Amino acid sequence: MAYSEQVVDHYENPRNVGAFDANDASVGTGMVGAPACGDVMRLQIRVNAQGVIEDAKFKTYGCGSAIASSSLVTEWVRGRTLDEALAIKNSQIAEELALPPVKIHCSILAEDAIKAAVADFRSRQATGEAATLVSEQPACASSTR
Amino acid sequence: MSLSSRDPAPARAAASVYLDYAATTPVDRRVANKMIPYLTELYGNPASRSHAFGWAADEAVELAREQVCSLINADPREIVWTSGATESNNLAIKGAAHFNRAKGKHLITVATEHKAVLDSMRELEREGYEVTVLPVLPSGLLDIAVFEAALRPDTVLASVMMVNNETGVIQDIAAIGALCRAKGVVFHVDAAQAAGKVVIDLDVLPVDLLSLSAHKIYGPKGIGALYVRRKPRVRIDAQMHGGGHERGMRSGTLATHQIVGMGEAFWLARENMAADNARIKTLRDRLWAGFQQMDCVVLNGDESQRAVQYLNCSFNYVEGESLLMGIKGVAVSSGSACTSASLEPSYVLRAMGRSDELAHSSVRFSIGRFTTVEEIDFTIAQVTEVVNRLRAMSPLWDMVQAGIDLSTIQWSEH
Repeated sequence: MAYSEQVVDHYENPRNVGAFDANDASVGTGMVGAPACGDVMRLQIRVNAQGVIEDAKFKTYGCGSAIASSSLVTEWVRGRTLDEALAIKNSQIAEELALPPVKIHCSILAEDAIKAAVADFRSRQATGEAATLVSEQPACASSTR
Repeated sequence: MSLSSRDPAPARAAASVYLDYAATTPVDRRVANKMIPYLTELYGNPASRSHAFGWAADEAVELAREQVCSLINADPREIVWTSGATESNNLAIKGAAHFNRAKGKHLITVATEHKAVLDSMRELEREGYEVTVLPVLPSGLLDIAVFEAALRPDTVLASVMMVNNETGVIQDIAAIGALCRAKGVVFHVDAAQAAGKVVIDLDVLPVDLLSLSAHKIYGPKGIGALYVRRKPRVRIDAQMHGGGHERGMRSGTLATHQIVGMGEAFWLARENMAADNARIKTLRDRLWAGFQQMDCVVLNGDESQRAVQYLNCSFNYVEGESLLMGIKGVAVSSGSACTSASLEPSYVLRAMGRSDELAHSSVRFSIGRFTTVEEIDFTIAQVTEVVNRLRAMSPLWDMVQAGIDLSTIQWSEH
Protein backbone atom coordinates (compact mmCIF):
# COMPACT_ATOMS: atom_id res chain seq x y z
CA MET A 1 0.00 0.00 0.00
CA ALA A 2 1.13 3.56 -0.52
CA TYR A 3 2.05 5.37 2.69
CA SER A 4 1.64 9.07 3.26
CA GLU A 5 4.80 11.18 3.33
CA GLN A 6 4.21 11.88 7.00
CA VAL A 7 4.04 8.19 7.91
CA VAL A 8 7.17 7.45 5.91
CA ASP A 9 8.94 10.35 7.60
CA HIS A 10 8.15 9.12 11.09
CA TYR A 11 9.09 5.58 10.12
CA GLU A 12 12.45 6.61 8.62
CA ASN A 13 13.18 9.22 11.29
CA PRO A 14 11.25 8.24 14.40
CA ARG A 15 11.26 10.85 17.13
CA ASN A 16 12.14 10.03 20.72
CA VAL A 17 12.73 6.30 20.51
CA GLY A 18 13.87 4.96 23.83
CA ALA A 19 12.95 4.38 27.44
CA PHE A 20 12.94 6.00 30.86
CA ASP A 21 13.30 4.19 34.14
CA ALA A 22 9.72 3.11 34.83
CA ASN A 23 10.37 3.23 38.56
CA ASP A 24 11.39 6.89 38.50
CA ALA A 25 8.83 8.94 40.36
CA SER A 26 8.56 11.53 37.62
CA VAL A 27 7.83 8.93 34.91
CA GLY A 28 4.51 7.56 33.69
CA THR A 29 4.46 4.43 31.55
CA GLY A 30 1.62 3.28 29.37
CA MET A 31 1.76 0.02 27.42
CA VAL A 32 -1.20 -0.72 25.19
CA GLY A 33 -2.05 -3.33 22.62
CA ALA A 34 -1.03 -6.98 22.41
CA PRO A 35 1.40 -9.02 20.33
CA ALA A 36 -1.52 -11.17 19.23
CA CYS A 37 -3.01 -8.08 17.58
CA GLY A 38 0.22 -7.11 15.91
CA ASP A 39 0.37 -3.78 17.77
CA VAL A 40 2.09 -2.94 21.05
CA MET A 41 2.97 0.63 22.00
CA ARG A 42 4.90 1.68 25.08
CA LEU A 43 4.74 5.40 25.74
CA GLN A 44 6.62 6.98 28.61
CA ILE A 45 6.35 10.55 29.86
CA ARG A 46 8.55 12.47 32.23
CA VAL A 47 6.56 15.05 34.16
CA ASN A 48 8.08 17.99 36.01
CA ALA A 49 6.98 19.48 39.30
CA GLN A 50 4.61 21.87 37.50
CA GLY A 51 2.71 18.95 35.96
CA VAL A 52 4.10 19.61 32.50
CA ILE A 53 5.37 16.77 30.34
CA GLU A 54 8.95 17.76 29.68
CA ASP A 55 10.03 14.66 27.78
CA ALA A 56 8.53 11.56 26.20
CA LYS A 57 9.86 8.31 24.78
CA PHE A 58 8.27 5.48 22.86
CA LYS A 59 8.85 1.98 21.58
CA THR A 60 6.42 0.29 19.25
CA TYR A 61 5.94 -3.17 17.78
CA GLY A 62 3.59 -2.63 14.88
CA CYS A 63 3.14 -1.49 11.31
CA GLY A 64 4.44 1.76 9.82
CA SER A 65 1.26 3.62 10.76
CA ALA A 66 1.48 2.43 14.36
CA ILE A 67 5.11 3.52 14.60
CA ALA A 68 4.25 6.89 13.09
CA SER A 69 1.27 7.40 15.41
CA SER A 70 3.30 6.76 18.54
CA SER A 71 6.26 8.78 17.30
CA LEU A 72 3.98 11.72 16.57
CA VAL A 73 2.42 11.47 19.99
CA THR A 74 5.80 11.82 21.74
CA GLU A 75 6.27 15.08 19.83
CA TRP A 76 2.82 16.38 20.66
CA VAL A 77 2.81 15.68 24.42
CA ARG A 78 6.08 17.48 25.09
CA GLY A 79 5.42 20.82 26.69
CA ARG A 80 1.81 20.00 27.48
CA THR A 81 0.22 19.54 30.86
CA LEU A 82 -1.24 16.16 31.70
CA ASP A 83 -4.78 17.35 31.04
CA GLU A 84 -3.76 18.93 27.74
CA ALA A 85 -2.15 15.63 26.74
CA LEU A 86 -5.35 13.78 27.62
CA ALA A 87 -7.19 16.09 25.25
CA ILE A 88 -5.31 14.78 22.22
CA LYS A 89 -7.77 12.92 20.01
CA ASN A 90 -7.01 10.04 17.69
CA SER A 91 -8.75 11.90 14.86
CA GLN A 92 -6.10 14.61 15.08
CA ILE A 93 -3.36 12.01 14.86
CA ALA A 94 -5.05 10.30 11.92
CA GLU A 95 -5.47 13.61 10.10
CA GLU A 96 -1.89 14.71 10.67
CA LEU A 97 -0.58 11.41 9.31
CA ALA A 98 -3.23 11.09 6.58
CA LEU A 99 -4.06 7.58 7.77
CA PRO A 100 -6.37 5.55 5.52
CA PRO A 101 -9.52 4.06 7.13
CA VAL A 102 -7.93 0.65 7.61
CA LYS A 103 -5.20 2.25 9.78
CA ILE A 104 -7.36 4.45 11.98
CA HIS A 105 -7.06 1.95 14.81
CA CYS A 106 -3.35 2.77 15.05
CA SER A 107 -4.22 6.33 16.01
CA ILE A 108 -6.77 5.07 18.54
CA LEU A 109 -4.08 2.94 20.13
CA ALA A 110 -1.77 5.96 20.32
CA GLU A 111 -4.48 7.98 22.07
CA ASP A 112 -4.93 5.07 24.48
CA ALA A 113 -1.20 5.05 25.11
CA ILE A 114 -1.29 8.67 26.25
CA LYS A 115 -4.18 7.96 28.59
CA ALA A 116 -2.39 4.93 29.98
CA ALA A 117 0.83 6.83 30.58
CA VAL A 118 -0.96 9.69 32.31
CA ALA A 119 -3.05 7.29 34.39
CA ASP A 120 0.05 5.41 35.43
CA PHE A 121 1.86 8.60 36.42
CA ARG A 122 -1.10 9.83 38.45
CA SER A 123 -1.72 6.54 40.19
CA ARG A 124 1.92 6.27 41.13
CA GLN A 125 1.89 9.80 42.43
CA ALA A 126 -1.07 8.81 44.59
CA THR A 127 0.16 5.47 45.85
CA GLY A 128 3.89 5.54 45.18
CA GLU A 129 3.69 2.04 43.64
CA ALA A 130 5.90 0.74 40.86
CA ALA A 131 4.69 1.12 37.29
CA THR A 132 2.05 -1.24 36.02
CA LEU A 133 3.05 -2.65 32.68
CA VAL A 134 -0.20 -2.56 30.79
CA SER A 135 -3.33 -0.46 30.53
CA GLU A 136 -6.88 -1.65 30.98
CA GLN A 137 -8.38 -0.43 27.74
CA PRO A 138 -9.13 -2.90 24.98
CA ALA A 139 -6.85 -2.19 22.10
CA CYS A 140 -6.89 -4.86 19.42
CA ALA A 141 -8.20 -3.78 16.02
CA SER A 142 -10.33 -6.88 15.69
CA SER A 143 -12.22 -6.00 18.86
CA THR A 144 -13.59 -2.87 17.23
CA ARG A 145 -15.07 -4.77 14.23
CA MET B 1 -5.86 12.55 -20.48
CA SER B 2 -7.66 9.60 -22.11
CA LEU B 3 -7.94 6.31 -20.28
CA SER B 4 -5.78 4.52 -22.80
CA SER B 5 -2.72 6.69 -22.35
CA ARG B 6 -1.99 6.29 -18.65
CA ASP B 7 1.45 4.90 -18.05
CA PRO B 8 1.79 2.46 -15.11
CA ALA B 9 5.57 2.34 -15.46
CA PRO B 10 6.56 4.58 -12.50
CA ALA B 11 5.42 2.01 -9.93
CA ARG B 12 7.88 -0.53 -11.26
CA ALA B 13 10.95 1.52 -10.40
CA ALA B 14 10.34 1.32 -6.66
CA ALA B 15 11.15 -2.35 -6.00
CA SER B 16 14.26 -3.62 -7.71
CA VAL B 17 14.58 -7.13 -6.21
CA TYR B 18 11.61 -9.44 -6.72
CA LEU B 19 11.36 -12.27 -4.21
CA ASP B 20 7.62 -12.82 -4.43
CA TYR B 21 7.58 -15.52 -7.10
CA ALA B 22 4.93 -17.40 -5.14
CA ALA B 23 2.54 -14.50 -5.67
CA THR B 24 3.17 -14.38 -9.40
CA THR B 25 6.00 -14.60 -11.90
CA PRO B 26 7.12 -12.52 -14.84
CA VAL B 27 6.16 -14.07 -18.17
CA ASP B 28 9.25 -15.64 -19.67
CA ARG B 29 10.19 -13.72 -22.83
CA ARG B 30 10.15 -16.92 -24.81
CA VAL B 31 6.56 -17.45 -23.69
CA ALA B 32 5.52 -13.90 -24.53
CA ASN B 33 7.04 -14.17 -27.98
CA LYS B 34 5.09 -17.32 -28.68
CA MET B 35 1.83 -15.70 -27.58
CA ILE B 36 1.86 -12.46 -29.55
CA PRO B 37 1.19 -13.78 -33.07
CA TYR B 38 -2.05 -15.28 -31.74
CA LEU B 39 -3.33 -11.84 -30.87
CA THR B 40 -2.89 -10.11 -34.17
CA GLU B 41 -2.24 -12.71 -36.89
CA LEU B 42 -3.48 -16.16 -35.90
CA TYR B 43 -6.60 -14.84 -34.22
CA GLY B 44 -9.12 -17.42 -35.30
CA ASN B 45 -11.57 -19.02 -32.91
CA PRO B 46 -10.32 -22.56 -32.23
CA ALA B 47 -13.93 -23.75 -32.44
CA SER B 48 -14.28 -22.52 -36.01
CA ARG B 49 -14.12 -25.83 -37.76
CA SER B 50 -14.71 -24.53 -41.24
CA HIS B 51 -11.74 -22.35 -42.10
CA ALA B 52 -7.98 -22.09 -41.82
CA PHE B 53 -8.10 -19.33 -39.21
CA GLY B 54 -9.88 -21.69 -36.86
CA TRP B 55 -7.74 -24.68 -37.77
CA ALA B 56 -4.54 -22.80 -37.05
CA ALA B 57 -5.79 -21.72 -33.66
CA ASP B 58 -7.03 -25.20 -32.88
CA GLU B 59 -3.68 -26.68 -33.80
CA ALA B 60 -1.95 -24.29 -31.40
CA VAL B 61 -4.38 -25.17 -28.63
CA GLU B 62 -3.83 -28.88 -29.10
CA LEU B 63 -0.07 -28.47 -29.10
CA ALA B 64 -0.33 -26.51 -25.86
CA ARG B 65 -2.43 -29.28 -24.37
CA GLU B 66 0.36 -31.73 -25.11
CA GLN B 67 2.93 -29.37 -23.66
CA VAL B 68 1.00 -29.16 -20.40
CA CYS B 69 0.71 -32.94 -20.35
CA SER B 70 4.46 -33.28 -20.81
CA LEU B 71 5.02 -31.71 -17.40
CA ILE B 72 2.54 -33.88 -15.53
CA ASN B 73 2.51 -37.08 -17.58
CA ALA B 74 -1.13 -36.93 -18.56
CA ASP B 75 -3.19 -37.50 -21.70
CA PRO B 76 -4.27 -34.41 -23.70
CA ARG B 77 -7.88 -35.50 -23.43
CA GLU B 78 -7.59 -35.09 -19.68
CA ILE B 79 -6.89 -31.35 -19.84
CA VAL B 80 -9.67 -28.76 -19.47
CA TRP B 81 -8.69 -25.12 -19.99
CA THR B 82 -9.91 -22.64 -17.38
CA SER B 83 -9.29 -19.02 -16.44
CA GLY B 84 -6.85 -20.03 -13.73
CA ALA B 85 -6.34 -22.29 -10.75
CA THR B 86 -9.10 -20.56 -8.80
CA GLU B 87 -11.59 -21.55 -11.46
CA SER B 88 -10.05 -25.03 -11.69
CA ASN B 89 -10.50 -25.45 -7.94
CA ASN B 90 -14.11 -24.28 -8.14
CA LEU B 91 -14.82 -26.58 -11.09
CA ALA B 92 -13.19 -29.60 -9.49
CA ILE B 93 -14.75 -29.22 -6.06
CA LYS B 94 -18.24 -28.08 -7.01
CA GLY B 95 -18.24 -30.21 -10.13
CA ALA B 96 -17.29 -33.44 -8.35
CA ALA B 97 -19.51 -32.76 -5.34
CA HIS B 98 -22.52 -32.02 -7.53
CA PHE B 99 -21.97 -35.00 -9.80
CA ASN B 100 -21.73 -37.34 -6.82
CA ARG B 101 -24.53 -35.83 -4.75
CA ALA B 102 -26.53 -39.06 -4.80
CA LYS B 103 -23.57 -41.01 -3.44
CA GLY B 104 -22.95 -38.82 -0.43
CA LYS B 105 -22.59 -35.32 0.90
CA HIS B 106 -19.40 -35.44 2.96
CA LEU B 107 -16.29 -33.55 1.83
CA ILE B 108 -12.83 -33.38 3.37
CA THR B 109 -10.19 -30.70 3.09
CA VAL B 110 -7.33 -29.18 5.09
CA ALA B 111 -7.07 -25.96 7.12
CA THR B 112 -4.08 -24.75 5.12
CA GLU B 113 -5.71 -24.89 1.69
CA HIS B 114 -5.96 -21.86 -0.58
CA LYS B 115 -9.08 -19.74 -0.21
CA ALA B 116 -10.27 -20.92 -3.61
CA VAL B 117 -10.65 -24.37 -2.08
CA LEU B 118 -11.88 -23.33 1.36
CA ASP B 119 -14.43 -20.86 0.02
CA SER B 120 -15.69 -23.36 -2.55
CA MET B 121 -16.14 -25.86 0.26
CA ARG B 122 -17.97 -23.25 2.33
CA GLU B 123 -20.28 -22.55 -0.56
CA LEU B 124 -21.11 -26.26 -0.77
CA GLU B 125 -21.81 -26.25 2.95
CA ARG B 126 -24.46 -23.64 2.30
CA GLU B 127 -25.93 -26.03 -0.25
CA GLY B 128 -26.22 -28.74 2.36
CA TYR B 129 -22.93 -30.61 2.12
CA GLU B 130 -20.95 -31.46 5.24
CA VAL B 131 -17.30 -30.40 5.24
CA THR B 132 -14.54 -31.66 7.51
CA VAL B 133 -11.56 -29.31 7.64
CA LEU B 134 -8.57 -31.24 8.96
CA PRO B 135 -5.89 -29.66 11.16
CA VAL B 136 -2.19 -29.91 10.33
CA LEU B 137 0.89 -30.64 12.39
CA PRO B 138 3.16 -27.76 13.45
CA SER B 139 5.31 -28.58 10.43
CA GLY B 140 2.34 -27.86 8.16
CA LEU B 141 2.10 -31.50 7.12
CA LEU B 142 -1.18 -33.39 7.24
CA ASP B 143 -1.15 -36.41 9.56
CA ILE B 144 -2.11 -39.32 7.29
CA ALA B 145 -3.73 -41.21 10.16
CA VAL B 146 -5.92 -38.20 10.88
CA PHE B 147 -6.95 -38.08 7.23
CA GLU B 148 -7.78 -41.77 7.19
CA ALA B 149 -9.89 -41.45 10.32
CA ALA B 150 -11.91 -38.68 8.68
CA LEU B 151 -13.03 -40.80 5.74
CA ARG B 152 -16.65 -41.96 6.00
CA PRO B 153 -18.92 -44.13 3.88
CA ASP B 154 -20.63 -40.97 2.61
CA THR B 155 -17.42 -39.11 1.75
CA VAL B 156 -17.36 -38.28 -1.94
CA LEU B 157 -14.47 -35.83 -2.33
CA ALA B 158 -11.21 -34.88 -0.65
CA SER B 159 -9.09 -31.89 -1.61
CA VAL B 160 -5.45 -31.50 -0.51
CA MET B 161 -2.93 -29.14 -2.10
CA MET B 162 0.43 -30.49 -3.20
CA VAL B 163 2.57 -27.46 -2.33
CA ASN B 164 1.37 -24.78 0.09
CA ASN B 165 1.47 -21.25 -1.26
CA GLU B 166 2.63 -19.64 2.00
CA THR B 167 5.17 -22.13 3.34
CA GLY B 168 6.04 -24.36 0.39
CA VAL B 169 5.23 -27.46 2.46
CA ILE B 170 4.74 -30.57 0.28
CA GLN B 171 1.96 -32.98 1.31
CA ASP B 172 2.26 -36.73 0.83
CA ILE B 173 -0.13 -36.84 -2.10
CA ALA B 174 0.67 -40.45 -2.98
CA ALA B 175 -0.31 -41.74 0.47
CA ILE B 176 -3.44 -39.60 0.69
CA GLY B 177 -4.46 -40.59 -2.82
CA ALA B 178 -4.04 -44.27 -2.09
CA LEU B 179 -6.44 -43.98 0.85
CA CYS B 180 -8.98 -42.18 -1.32
CA ARG B 181 -8.67 -44.75 -4.10
CA ALA B 182 -9.29 -47.56 -1.64
CA LYS B 183 -12.48 -45.91 -0.40
CA GLY B 184 -13.78 -44.71 -3.76
CA VAL B 185 -13.39 -41.05 -2.80
CA VAL B 186 -12.64 -38.57 -5.57
CA PHE B 187 -9.27 -36.96 -4.87
CA HIS B 188 -8.61 -33.37 -5.94
CA VAL B 189 -5.17 -31.79 -5.68
CA ASP B 190 -4.49 -28.07 -6.06
CA ALA B 191 -1.13 -28.08 -7.82
CA ALA B 192 -1.01 -24.38 -8.66
CA GLN B 193 2.20 -23.92 -6.68
CA ALA B 194 3.53 -27.39 -7.44
CA ALA B 195 3.75 -27.60 -11.22
CA GLY B 196 7.24 -26.87 -12.42
CA LYS B 197 8.59 -27.01 -8.88
CA VAL B 198 8.14 -30.64 -7.87
CA VAL B 199 7.78 -33.72 -10.05
CA ILE B 200 4.18 -34.59 -10.86
CA ASP B 201 3.60 -37.96 -12.56
CA LEU B 202 -0.09 -38.62 -12.94
CA ASP B 203 0.61 -42.05 -14.30
CA VAL B 204 1.80 -42.96 -10.83
CA LEU B 205 -0.06 -40.61 -8.50
CA PRO B 206 -3.62 -41.72 -7.64
CA VAL B 207 -5.06 -38.25 -8.26
CA ASP B 208 -8.42 -37.73 -9.95
CA LEU B 209 -8.52 -33.96 -10.40
CA LEU B 210 -5.56 -31.59 -10.48
CA SER B 211 -5.62 -27.77 -10.68
CA LEU B 212 -2.94 -25.96 -12.64
CA SER B 213 -1.98 -22.31 -13.01
CA ALA B 214 0.13 -20.61 -15.66
CA HIS B 215 1.17 -17.42 -13.91
CA LYS B 216 3.01 -19.26 -11.13
CA ILE B 217 5.52 -20.64 -13.63
CA TYR B 218 6.37 -17.83 -16.00
CA GLY B 219 3.16 -17.99 -18.00
CA PRO B 220 0.47 -15.31 -18.33
CA LYS B 221 -2.17 -14.56 -15.71
CA GLY B 222 -5.75 -15.47 -16.49
CA ILE B 223 -5.22 -19.03 -17.75
CA GLY B 224 -5.11 -22.37 -16.03
CA ALA B 225 -6.27 -25.93 -16.46
CA LEU B 226 -7.99 -28.75 -14.67
CA TYR B 227 -6.73 -32.27 -15.14
CA VAL B 228 -9.64 -34.74 -15.16
CA ARG B 229 -8.62 -38.38 -15.06
CA ARG B 230 -9.86 -40.75 -17.74
CA LYS B 231 -8.63 -44.04 -16.32
CA PRO B 232 -10.50 -44.65 -14.14
CA ARG B 233 -13.00 -42.15 -15.49
CA VAL B 234 -13.79 -39.16 -13.31
CA ARG B 235 -16.85 -37.08 -14.07
CA ILE B 236 -17.76 -33.61 -12.93
CA ASP B 237 -20.71 -31.28 -13.45
CA ALA B 238 -19.79 -28.23 -15.50
CA GLN B 239 -19.92 -24.86 -13.74
CA MET B 240 -19.76 -22.75 -16.90
CA HIS B 241 -22.41 -23.50 -19.51
CA GLY B 242 -22.83 -22.37 -23.10
CA GLY B 243 -21.54 -24.27 -26.07
CA GLY B 244 -20.18 -27.41 -24.47
CA HIS B 245 -16.48 -26.68 -25.01
CA GLU B 246 -13.82 -28.88 -23.37
CA ARG B 247 -15.93 -32.05 -23.63
CA GLY B 248 -18.83 -30.28 -21.98
CA MET B 249 -16.85 -29.53 -18.84
CA ARG B 250 -16.09 -25.87 -19.45
CA SER B 251 -17.87 -23.76 -21.98
CA GLY B 252 -16.43 -20.59 -23.42
CA THR B 253 -14.31 -19.63 -26.41
CA LEU B 254 -10.74 -20.70 -25.81
CA ALA B 255 -8.25 -17.88 -25.41
CA THR B 256 -5.68 -19.16 -27.89
CA HIS B 257 -2.93 -16.72 -27.01
CA GLN B 258 -3.30 -17.50 -23.30
CA ILE B 259 -3.32 -21.22 -23.92
CA VAL B 260 -0.27 -21.00 -26.15
CA GLY B 261 1.44 -19.11 -23.32
CA MET B 262 0.54 -21.69 -20.73
CA GLY B 263 1.68 -24.52 -22.97
CA GLU B 264 5.02 -22.89 -23.68
CA ALA B 265 5.53 -22.08 -19.99
CA PHE B 266 4.84 -25.67 -19.00
CA TRP B 267 7.16 -26.96 -21.70
CA LEU B 268 9.95 -24.67 -20.51
CA ALA B 269 9.28 -25.78 -16.94
CA ARG B 270 9.72 -29.39 -17.97
CA GLU B 271 12.95 -28.61 -19.73
CA ASN B 272 14.38 -26.42 -16.96
CA MET B 273 12.94 -27.72 -13.71
CA ALA B 274 15.88 -29.81 -12.55
CA ALA B 275 18.48 -27.15 -13.30
CA ASP B 276 16.28 -24.31 -11.97
CA ASN B 277 15.65 -26.19 -8.73
CA ALA B 278 19.29 -26.95 -8.10
CA ARG B 279 20.23 -23.31 -8.54
CA ILE B 280 17.27 -22.06 -6.53
CA LYS B 281 18.00 -24.40 -3.66
CA THR B 282 21.51 -22.99 -3.36
CA LEU B 283 20.12 -19.47 -3.30
CA ARG B 284 17.43 -20.32 -0.76
CA ASP B 285 19.92 -22.02 1.55
CA ARG B 286 22.19 -18.97 1.28
CA LEU B 287 19.31 -16.67 2.19
CA TRP B 288 18.37 -18.77 5.23
CA ALA B 289 21.99 -18.97 6.37
CA GLY B 290 22.14 -15.19 6.16
CA PHE B 291 19.05 -14.76 8.33
CA GLN B 292 20.24 -17.27 10.87
CA GLN B 293 23.04 -14.84 11.75
CA MET B 294 20.32 -13.00 13.69
CA ASP B 295 18.72 -14.16 16.93
CA CYS B 296 15.11 -15.30 17.27
CA VAL B 297 14.42 -16.04 13.62
CA VAL B 298 12.06 -18.99 13.21
CA LEU B 299 11.40 -21.11 10.13
CA ASN B 300 7.74 -21.74 9.26
CA GLY B 301 7.10 -25.03 7.53
CA ASP B 302 8.69 -28.45 7.47
CA GLU B 303 12.45 -28.34 7.06
CA SER B 304 12.67 -31.09 4.45
CA GLN B 305 9.19 -31.57 2.96
CA ARG B 306 9.29 -28.15 1.38
CA ALA B 307 9.67 -26.90 -2.17
CA VAL B 308 13.05 -25.23 -2.67
CA GLN B 309 11.55 -21.94 -3.83
CA TYR B 310 10.10 -20.99 -0.45
CA LEU B 311 11.46 -19.44 2.71
CA ASN B 312 8.78 -18.42 5.19
CA CYS B 313 10.23 -17.24 8.46
CA SER B 314 9.29 -15.10 11.41
CA PHE B 315 11.54 -12.39 12.76
CA ASN B 316 10.35 -12.37 16.33
CA TYR B 317 9.51 -9.08 18.04
CA VAL B 318 9.32 -7.24 14.72
CA GLU B 319 6.00 -6.75 12.98
CA GLY B 320 5.79 -7.90 9.36
CA GLU B 321 4.43 -4.81 7.66
CA SER B 322 6.94 -2.51 9.32
CA LEU B 323 9.66 -4.90 8.15
CA LEU B 324 8.41 -4.88 4.58
CA MET B 325 8.24 -1.08 4.68
CA GLY B 326 11.88 -0.97 5.66
CA ILE B 327 13.24 -3.36 3.07
CA LYS B 328 12.63 -0.97 0.21
CA GLY B 329 13.90 -2.45 -2.95
CA VAL B 330 12.87 -6.01 -2.03
CA ALA B 331 9.40 -7.30 -2.91
CA VAL B 332 8.07 -10.04 -0.61
CA SER B 333 4.88 -11.01 1.24
CA SER B 334 4.05 -11.07 4.94
CA GLY B 335 1.66 -13.12 7.04
CA SER B 336 0.97 -10.07 9.16
CA ALA B 337 -2.59 -8.93 9.67
CA CYS B 338 -1.64 -5.44 8.59
CA THR B 339 -0.83 -6.66 5.10
CA SER B 340 -4.09 -8.48 4.59
CA ALA B 341 -7.32 -6.76 3.61
CA SER B 342 -9.14 -8.50 6.44
CA LEU B 343 -6.72 -7.54 9.25
CA GLU B 344 -6.46 -11.24 10.13
CA PRO B 345 -3.00 -12.77 10.40
CA SER B 346 -2.10 -15.69 8.17
CA TYR B 347 -4.57 -18.51 8.73
CA VAL B 348 -2.05 -20.97 7.36
CA LEU B 349 0.47 -20.15 10.06
CA ARG B 350 -2.27 -20.16 12.70
CA ALA B 351 -3.31 -23.63 11.54
CA MET B 352 0.29 -24.72 12.09
CA GLY B 353 -0.02 -23.62 15.68
CA ARG B 354 2.07 -20.50 15.24
CA SER B 355 1.20 -17.83 17.79
CA ASP B 356 -0.37 -14.64 16.50
CA GLU B 357 2.83 -12.74 17.16
CA LEU B 358 4.89 -15.14 15.07
CA ALA B 359 2.27 -14.92 12.33
CA HIS B 360 2.46 -11.10 12.51
CA SER B 361 6.25 -11.29 12.26
CA SER B 362 6.33 -13.63 9.31
CA VAL B 363 7.71 -12.91 5.87
CA ARG B 364 7.52 -15.15 2.83
CA PHE B 365 10.50 -15.01 0.47
CA SER B 366 10.01 -16.96 -2.74
CA ILE B 367 12.81 -17.42 -5.24
CA GLY B 368 12.54 -17.99 -8.96
CA ARG B 369 14.19 -18.59 -12.28
CA PHE B 370 15.61 -15.08 -12.55
CA THR B 371 16.89 -14.58 -8.99
CA THR B 372 20.61 -13.85 -8.70
CA VAL B 373 23.15 -14.27 -5.91
CA GLU B 374 23.56 -10.50 -5.74
CA GLU B 375 19.84 -10.16 -5.07
CA ILE B 376 20.05 -12.70 -2.27
CA ASP B 377 22.98 -10.94 -0.63
CA PHE B 378 21.30 -7.55 -1.00
CA THR B 379 18.20 -8.97 0.66
CA ILE B 380 20.14 -10.44 3.58
CA ALA B 381 21.81 -7.07 4.18
CA GLN B 382 18.56 -5.10 3.94
CA VAL B 383 16.58 -7.46 6.16
CA THR B 384 19.32 -7.62 8.79
CA GLU B 385 19.60 -3.86 8.96
CA VAL B 386 15.86 -3.32 9.22
CA VAL B 387 15.29 -6.10 11.76
CA ASN B 388 18.00 -4.68 13.99
CA ARG B 389 16.62 -1.17 13.65
CA LEU B 390 13.04 -2.25 14.41
CA ARG B 391 14.08 -4.41 17.32
CA ALA B 392 15.80 -1.37 18.80
CA MET B 393 12.38 0.28 18.61
CA SER B 394 10.39 -2.70 19.88
CA PRO B 395 9.08 -2.81 23.45
CA LEU B 396 8.82 -6.60 23.10
CA TRP B 397 12.51 -6.93 22.27
CA ASP B 398 13.26 -4.71 25.27
CA MET B 399 11.30 -6.96 27.56
CA VAL B 400 12.83 -10.12 26.18
CA GLN B 401 16.33 -8.68 26.56
CA ALA B 402 15.46 -7.88 30.17
CA GLY B 403 14.61 -11.53 30.71
CA ILE B 404 10.85 -11.11 30.85
CA ASP B 405 8.78 -14.03 29.60
CA LEU B 406 6.20 -12.43 27.29
CA SER B 407 3.76 -15.29 27.72
CA THR B 408 3.32 -14.27 31.36
CA ILE B 409 2.20 -10.75 30.52
CA GLN B 410 -1.46 -9.86 30.75
CA TRP B 411 -2.00 -7.76 27.65
CA SER B 412 -5.02 -5.53 27.09
CA GLU B 413 -8.04 -7.65 26.29
CA HIS B 414 -8.73 -8.39 22.64
